[in-house]
Amino acid sequence: MPSFDMNDNSVVVVVGSGAGGGTLANELCQKGVKVVLLEAGARQSPATFVNDEWKSFGQIAWLDARTTSGTWRVAQDFSGLPAWICKTVGGSTTHWAGASLRLRDYEFKARTTYGEIKGATLLDWPLTLKELEPYYARAENKMGVTRTNGIPGLPGNNNFKVMYAGATKLGYKECHTGRMAINSRPRDGRGSCMQLGFCFQGCKSGAKWSTLYTEIPKAEKTGKLDLRPQSHAVKIEHNDAGKVTAVVYRDAKGTEQRQKARAVCVAGNSIESPRLLLLSASSKYPEGLANSSGQVGRNYMRHMTGSVYAVFNEDVHMYRGTTMAGIISDEAKNNPKRGFVGGYEMETLSLGLPFMAAFLNPGAWGRPFTSAMEGYPRMAGMWLVGEDMPQETNRITLDPAAKDKFGMPVASVHFDDHPNDVAMRAHAYKQGAAVYEAVGATVTYPTPPYPSTHNLGTNRMSEKPKDGVVNKFGQTHDIKNLFISDGSQFTSGAACNPTLTIVSLAIRQADTIAGMMQKKEI
Amino acid sequence: MKVIPIVGTTPDTGACAEHGPVRKPDLPLTRRDFLRGSGILTGTIAASSVLATLAPSRTWAVELKTLTQPEGDALMKMGRVLYPSAKLQDAVYALLAKDLDADAAKSPDTLKMLREGVAALDTAAGGSFAGASTAKQLEVVKSMEKTPFFAAVRGKCITSLYDNDMAYATFGYEGASYDKGGYIMRGFQDVKWLPDPPNAASPASGR
Repeated sequence: MPSFDMNDNSVVVVVGSGAGGGTLANELCQKGVKVVLLEAGARQSPATFVNDEWKSFGQIAWLDARTTSGTWRVAQDFSGLPAWICKTVGGSTTHWAGASLRLRDYEFKARTTYGEIKGATLLDWPLTLKELEPYYARAENKMGVTRTNGIPGLPGNNNFKVMYAGATKLGYKECHTGRMAINSRPRDGRGSCMQLGFCFQGCKSGAKWSTLYTEIPKAEKTGKLDLRPQSHAVKIEHNDAGKVTAVVYRDAKGTEQRQKARAVCVAGNSIESPRLLLLSASSKYPEGLANSSGQVGRNYMRHMTGSVYAVFNEDVHMYRGTTMAGIISDEAKNNPKRGFVGGYEMETLSLGLPFMAAFLNPGAWGRPFTSAMEGYPRMAGMWLVGEDMPQETNRITLDPAAKDKFGMPVASVHFDDHPNDVAMRAHAYKQGAAVYEAVGATVTYPTPPYPSTHNLGTNRMSEKPKDGVVNKFGQTHDIKNLFISDGSQFTSGAACNPTLTIVSLAIRQADTIAGMMQKKEI
Repeated sequence: MKVIPIVGTTPDTGACAEHGPVRKPDLPLTRRDFLRGSGILTGTIAASSVLATLAPSRTWAVELKTLTQPEGDALMKMGRVLYPSAKLQDAVYALLAKDLDADAAKSPDTLKMLREGVAALDTAAGGSFAGASTAKQLEVVKSMEKTPFFAAVRGKCITSLYDNDMAYATFGYEGASYDKGGYIMRGFQDVKWLPDPPNAASPASGR
């Protein structure tokens, strides 16, 4: 693996090695572009992942301090942990469940489709499904998504059996084991799913796609990738002309380093990416980089989420097998007659006993709680995930008081549920419970949102520079050699899991960047 | 602390009882001969418990390094008031006392908080919290709900009571699966009380 010189200003520096950054780095390397990939976390592997929820959490989760405010319940239950995402090579692709769904065409036109929603800052994407389709196809092929490219679906586990039976009784038509970036048969040098039940803890068999053992080693083989784990970006520098020139980071020893760059691509997830732009404020850019619109950090979305767990008279053992084993998509369409715009997916979910205790009803105690826990082996569960409304005041800012270990202000995450989010969650809880009651649930537990896994929108794409931070290619409106390469580009949240779209945008962005470099535009 | 793993036989994984197959618990039980700490908590696993069939001996002991035995007893009782479960043996609640004791050993502030908290429990119970009636214990614990002591003990319960092999066995969670080849051959679709979904919705395993 090459080690590029700190003063080599011909490299592209990518910050973050997850779905966006890891994919982008590989795609650029395949085109012959030299890439320095900075990753704040350490490098693990399937061999070092652990089938233990808390130990794994300590190994791969992002645990650096953050602060929270707002009326969302996460701020009350997990005030220092607004997001359940990762600090490790591969980023949150080590932790994700693997659901790989395309946005629907109208979801790219959220403002046009939903109309004016009070309190929401809805905007149409400057991009259509048709434009993104070829990249979705490349992403599905790259990731080996089931039910695409002739790849069979995964076999459903017990948790799915319960979901399917309930969905059918309720009259739902779109229920199957999903489109998952988990091998249902050997593919791309990786084996098929062993139904381990520890998708969230890093897949020990490597059947689930993660940039850690797909994109990154492929990029390393080109000889064009310089991956630097435990390298935490703290500032992006620019020259008098306003172009970015270098990324300052702290290495594993905490020593400050400065890597020069021809272009910089930020993919630190939707909390750290805006934080890095804000931390990079200068006399030329006093509000932070790429922030002439004032939109950096705003319109933070985290999806409407919630879960329903149900206890039955008979055993289920939901934890056996893939965590997200199946999906019901009937409620994903936009049907305002339900009392809200947008839609939501219903996806099986399972937690092990330790995390069930932590997440079932945070803060609760007494007999109702322990009674619920005693039902664990007879429990089935699903996650509810739907489109939430962007709001200007839901935002990432620099905390005025709290500092990280390098003395830099930590990210402060403010979020208030929009009335549309609240109405959707109420509907989703009701339908989720109905699925289980249809097949004999003795009790159902609506479970509050976990720390956010789908963090979106804080550097959003917009047609007009005043409405957002980046254009349709993820290039910042203000600085032409500065790009955003993660889910913070999302103009709106859509109903489905975001990873496939993040990967598709990264593939497309690599084409764009390589083209611009060839034409000497950057 | 000398930890003696229980060396019981693992039930045949083919047999799926109500709680499913359980893995061999690694119980942090201490042989009494080696105990030299500040306090010792002891007890006996009920013969009816799923754990009784796995353990070579039903007696257990946990050594405390900093807290006294009455303090440990009070914290165990508080754990049972907070998270009462007839299925959970005292040996599991002893892990709460053990984990809080470990925290106290690391931090004088924590020790002070726990010590004062236990004293407050005793005072509120009119002398001995551990000896009070269940109803009185509940009343006392509830009266302290806003205190940092309550928050610390309640928070610790979540990991101490539910993230250990005895709890896994008790509540039918099988823990790590990779070393056993996952569940692909071990019951990931063994539910018989519901019909199997059609192949289009849930294809047969590719293996």
